[in-house]
Amino acid sequence: MAKEYETVIGLEVHVELATKTKIFCGCSTAFGAEPNTQTCPVCTGMPGSLPVLNRQVLEYAISVGLATNCDITRYAKFDRKNYFYPDNPQNYQISQLYLPICKNGGVEIETEAGGVKTVGIHEIHMEEDAGKLIHDEWEDCSLVDYNRSGVPLIEIVSEPDMRSAEEVIAYLEKLRLIIQYLGASDCKLQEGSMRADVNLSVREAGATEFGTRTEMKNLNSFKAISRAIAGETERQIDLIESGEKVVQETRRWDDAKGESYAMRSKEDAQDYRYFPDPDLVPIAVSDEMIAQIKARQPEFRTEKMKRYKEEFGIPDYDIEIITASKHMADIFEAATAICGQPKKVSNWLMVETLRLMKEKEVDVEDLRFSPENLAKLIALTDAKAINSSVAKEVFEVMFEENVDPEKYVEEKGLKTVNDEGALRKTVEEVIAANPQSVEDYHNGKEKAIGFLVGQTMKAMKGKADPALVNRMLKELL
Amino acid sequence: MANIISDETIEYVGILAKLELSDAEKEQAKSDMGKMLDYIDKLGELDTEGVEPMSHVFPVQNVFREDTVTNGDTREELLANAPEQKDGMFVVPKTFA
Amino acid sequence: MSITDMTAVQLAEAIRAGRTTAVEATEAVLTRIEAQDKIYNCYVTVDADGALAQAKEAQARIEAGELTGALAGVPVAIKDNMCTEGMLTTCSSKILYNFVPAYTAEAVLNLRKAGAIILGKTNMDEFAMGSTTETSAFGVTRNPWNTDHVPGGSSGGSAAAVAADECFYALGSDTGGSIRQPAAYCGTVGMKPTYGTVSRYGLIAYGSSLDQIGPLTKDVTDCAAVLEAIASHDEKDSTSVAREDTDFTAALIDDVKDMRIGIPNDYFGDGLDGEVKEAVLAAAKALEERGAVVEHFDLSLVEYAIPTYYTIAAAEASSNLERFDGIKYGYRTKDYAGLHNMYKRSRSEGFGEEVKRRIMLGSFVLSSGYYDAYYLKALRVKALIKKAFDEAFARYDVILGPVAPATAPKLGESLADPIKMYLGDIYTIAVNLAGLPGISLPCGTDRNGLPIGLQLIGDCFQEKKLIRTAYTYEKIRGAFPKTAKEVG
Repeated sequence: MAKEYETVIGLEVHVELATKTKIFCGCSTAFGAEPNTQTCPVCTGMPGSLPVLNRQVLEYAISVGLATNCDITRYAKFDRKNYFYPDNPQNYQISQLYLPICKNGGVEIETEAGGVKTVGIHEIHMEEDAGKLIHDEWEDCSLVDYNRSGVPLIEIVSEPDMRSAEEVIAYLEKLRLIIQYLGASDCKLQEGSMRADVNLSVREAGATEFGTRTEMKNLNSFKAISRAIAGETERQIDLIESGEKVVQETRRWDDAKGESYAMRSKEDAQDYRYFPDPDLVPIAVSDEMIAQIKARQPEFRTEKMKRYKEEFGIPDYDIEIITASKHMADIFEAATAICGQPKKVSNWLMVETLRLMKEKEVDVEDLRFSPENLAKLIALTDAKAINSSVAKEVFEVMFEENVDPEKYVEEKGLKTVNDEGALRKTVEEVIAANPQSVEDYHNGKEKAIGFLVGQTMKAMKGKADPALVNRMLKELL
Repeated sequence: MANIISDETIEYVGILAKLELSDAEKEQAKSDMGKMLDYIDKLGELDTEGVEPMSHVFPVQNVFREDTVTNGDTREELLANAPEQKDGMFVVPKTFA
Repeated sequence: MSITDMTAVQLAEAIRAGRTTAVEATEAVLTRIEAQDKIYNCYVTVDADGALAQAKEAQARIEAGELTGALAGVPVAIKDNMCTEGMLTTCSSKILYNFVPAYTAEAVLNLRKAGAIILGKTNMDEFAMGSTTETSAFGVTRNPWNTDHVPGGSSGGSAAAVAADECFYALGSDTGGSIRQPAAYCGTVGMKPTYGTVSRYGLIAYGSSLDQIGPLTKDVTDCAAVLEAIASHDEKDSTSVAREDTDFTAALIDDVKDMRIGIPNDYFGDGLDGEVKEAVLAAAKALEERGAVVEHFDLSLVEYAIPTYYTIAAAEASSNLERFDGIKYGYRTKDYAGLHNMYKRSRSEGFGEEVKRRIMLGSFVLSSGYYDAYYLKALRVKALIKKAFDEAFARYDVILGPVAPATAPKLGESLADPIKMYLGDIYTIAVNLAGLPGISLPCGTDRNGLPIGLQLIGDCFQEKKLIRTAYTYEKIRGAFPKTAKEVG
C-alpha cells in the first residue's frame, strides 16, 4: 500500500515597497525607465559612496509588521550579505540577518475545510533589490541595468506552517491585501513587485521531524506557484520512494516546461559571510515612533466592510467582493464620491466587471478603467443618453482601454435618438412591415409587442430608448 | 597550537574572495594565513564572557534621509569607466546557460 | 625664505596681504615637484594645468574679497584614495589604474570651498594596506630625510610631499596609524580626528569602522586650520557626527597648566627603540615643566589591539573590496572563460600581494563556522579596549607616547615579514578601534638624522586638548629642522 505524505511549506515573500526613492539613495524607483538612467554612485557600487537609509522604508516595514502581528525590534541593524553576481554592484547586498526589524508575527487564513488557521511569520527584514540582467543573444553575453538596484524590499519569512498550494495562495492573498491596504506596495506578481520563494519538504503523514527542504525560485504567478508546489512535491516523493535522498538546494522553476532544475555551481559557496554593515548606524525604534505609525495605519478591510454597510447600504455579498481588493475598493469609493450612487457603482463592479475579468483573464489589480469614467457612464445611462445594452458595449471598451465614455459615445454616434418624429416614422414602418404581429397583438397576444420593439431597435441600430418605443407602439396600435 | 591551513581551505577562500592563486601563491597564502591566525588566537586568552560585540564605536542611531528624489540621469558618467558597455548597459560574460 | 618653505597659514596670509599670489605659489610648488618628484615619487598624479587654473580663479576671488579663509589660495596634495571628479583616483592599485570618478569626496569639496588648489594625488600603500608605501602598484615613495628609507604609510606620499615642500599641506587617511606614522617618519604633523568628524563620503573604504581622513601639515597651526576646514556633518555619511566645536584654531593656545597627561607604561616596553623612548619622555618632561600634570599608568590590553585590528580591518576590507570586479570600472583581465573566471583573474591580476593577503584573511574570519570565534571575538575585545580608554580618560586629558617603535626603516626591510610589519602599528592602532583622535608631531631625530614622532591621544571629541598640548610643545621645541638634504 502506498504511503501517505504530507507537504510542508514555508514562504519567503519579497515585496517592493512603494517609496518614491531607493532604500539608500535619492534615485527614483519609477518602473520602466531607460536602462541605467535612474542610478547614482551609491546604487551602482562606485568606490567611496555610502548608503543612508530612507525613513519611509523603515516606516513601511514597521507598518507591515504591526499589521501582521509582529514584535517590532527596538534595536535593529543592517548586515552585509556577501556574494558575487553582476546584478549586485557592490557584490554584497545590504540586508538584515542578526537583528531584523520585525519578528514573531502571523496572519490568519481560511482553510478549504472552512476553518481558520494561523500562518506564523518568523521575521520581516529590510533589504535592497538587485539590478536586472538581460541576455544578449547576438553577442552571447549579458547586459546589466542598475535601475532596480537599491529599490527597497521587505522580505517576509513565514514559518513552515502551510500544507497545500491552496493554503499558500490564501496566505499570499492575505499578505497582498494587508500590504495593499497599507499602501506599502502594489504587490504585482507579474511585474515582480511581489515575489515568492517556496521552501518545501515532504514527510510521511504523522511524522514529527521535517524532511529535507528545497527552495524554489522564479515563481511569477499564483498558477505557477501551484504548479511548482505540485511538481516539487511529486519530485521529492519520487526520490524518497526510489530510496534516494532529497538534496537541500535552490531550484529554479521553469513554468513553461513545468519542471525545475538545481541552481548549483562550484563557484557558488552559499556562504554569505554576514556581518553588521559599518556604513549604516543602528536603528532604535521608540514607543513614539510605533505610536505614530499606528495612528497613521489606514482603514483595514473589516473596518471598511462595516463602513460600507452603514454608509452605502449595499448587499453584504457585494461588500465582500469589493473590499477583497484595495484596488477595487478604491474604484468603488472614488466613483461613488463622484456620482453619489453606490448601488449603481457596485452593480457595475459585481456584474460586468467580474464577467469581463473572468472572460478576459484579467487580475483585479490590473483593472484599467478609471472611477471618473465609470461615474460618467452611470451619468449617461441616468440621463437616458444611452440605453443599457449600449452602456454594456461602452463599458467593455472602457475595460480594455479606459476610454472616456462621453467622447466615445459621441464619436461612435451611439446616443439614443430622442427625436420622437424620427422614431415615430420608424415605428410606423415596422408596423407596416409586420402585419402578422400586429394582428397577433390585436388578438391579445401581448408578447407580439416584444417582437415589434426588437424590430424597431434593430432598425434604429440600438440607439433608442426601448421603453419609449414600447409606449409609442402601443399608442399607434 | 599552530593553525594548519589545508589546500581545501585555501581553495574555498579563493571561491569566496574570487581570487585565483598559483601553486606557489597558495603555499605562501597557507603559511601567511596560518601565522596570522596563530597571532589572532592570542585573543582567546581574554575572557569576553558577557561582553557585547561592539560593531559601532559611538551610539549614533537613526540617521535617515527623506523619501524625495534628488538624483537625475547620469548614465553617461556611470558608464564612462566601464571596461565594456552596450546599449547603455554594462557588458558581462553570459550569466545563465 | 623661499615661498615653498612657508606653512599653509603663512602662505594664505601672504596672499591676502598681496606679498605673493596663489598663482605664484602654485607655480613654485609645481617647479619643486618637477625637480624632485622623480626621486621621491610622492605623487601618482600631478594636475599642473588644473592647479594653475584653480589658482587663477582663487586669486581673482581673493582679490574680489569673496575668499577670505585661512587656507584660501593654498595648494594641497590629496591621498589617492579620495575621489576627485575628473581626476584619476587609483588607491595606488592596478585594479583602479584608469578610474576617473564622477564626483569629489566631501572632505576635498570642503577644501575647495575654502579656496584650496588641488595639485594632484599622492602615492600610498595599495588600498591603504601597509605601513611603508611599498605596496603601491606605482612604485615606492622615498623618505625626503633619507631616500634609502621608507616614508611610512599608508599615507606615505602625502607625508613625504609635505616634508619635501612639494605641497603646503596634504590630506591622508588613517585606519590604523596611516596618517600619524608617516607623519612621524617624515617629521611632519599628522592628525587622525575622532571617528565621524570628517565625512568618509568619497573616501575609498579600507576598514569602514576605522577609516578617518585627516591633515598632514608642516606645523600644529596648519593642522588645526585644515581640520577646521575639512570637518563637517555630512548627510551622505550616516556615521558622520554633528559637532558644534569644530573651531579647532581656537585651541592654538600656548599653555598646558593643569593639563593631566598620562603615560602608559605599556607603551614603553621591550620593542621600543631607546632613542625614540628618550625623545618622547623628554617631550613629556618639557610639558611637565610648563605646568602639566604628568603620570605613568597601566593602560592594559595593548598587545591585543593588533590581532583585534587585523581581524576587523581584514573582514571589512574583504567586503569593501568586493566591488572591484572588472565590470563597472577599473581593470578587467584580457583573457577569461566565463563570469567567475573573469572575476578571479581580474582580481588576482589587479590586486597586489598584501591586499590579497588581507582579503583572504577577512573572507576566512567571516566564513561559516569561524564568524563567532574570530570576528565576534574581535568585536568583544574591541569593546574591552574602548572601556580601558574610557577609564584612562576619566583620569587624564591626554595620553602621551611614541607613534612607532622606531624611526623609518630602510626600503625593502619590512615586507618580508608581514607580522613584524603589523607589530609596528602597536601604538597607533587602538586609537582607531576606540574611535579616538590622535596627533603625531616631531620631537627629535635619531643618530641617523631621521625624525622621531610624539603621539598625543585624546578622548572622543577632545581634539582641542590635543591641539593645545601639541601647540605648547611645538613652542617649547622651537622650529623643527627641514629635511637634511635639499634637492633640486
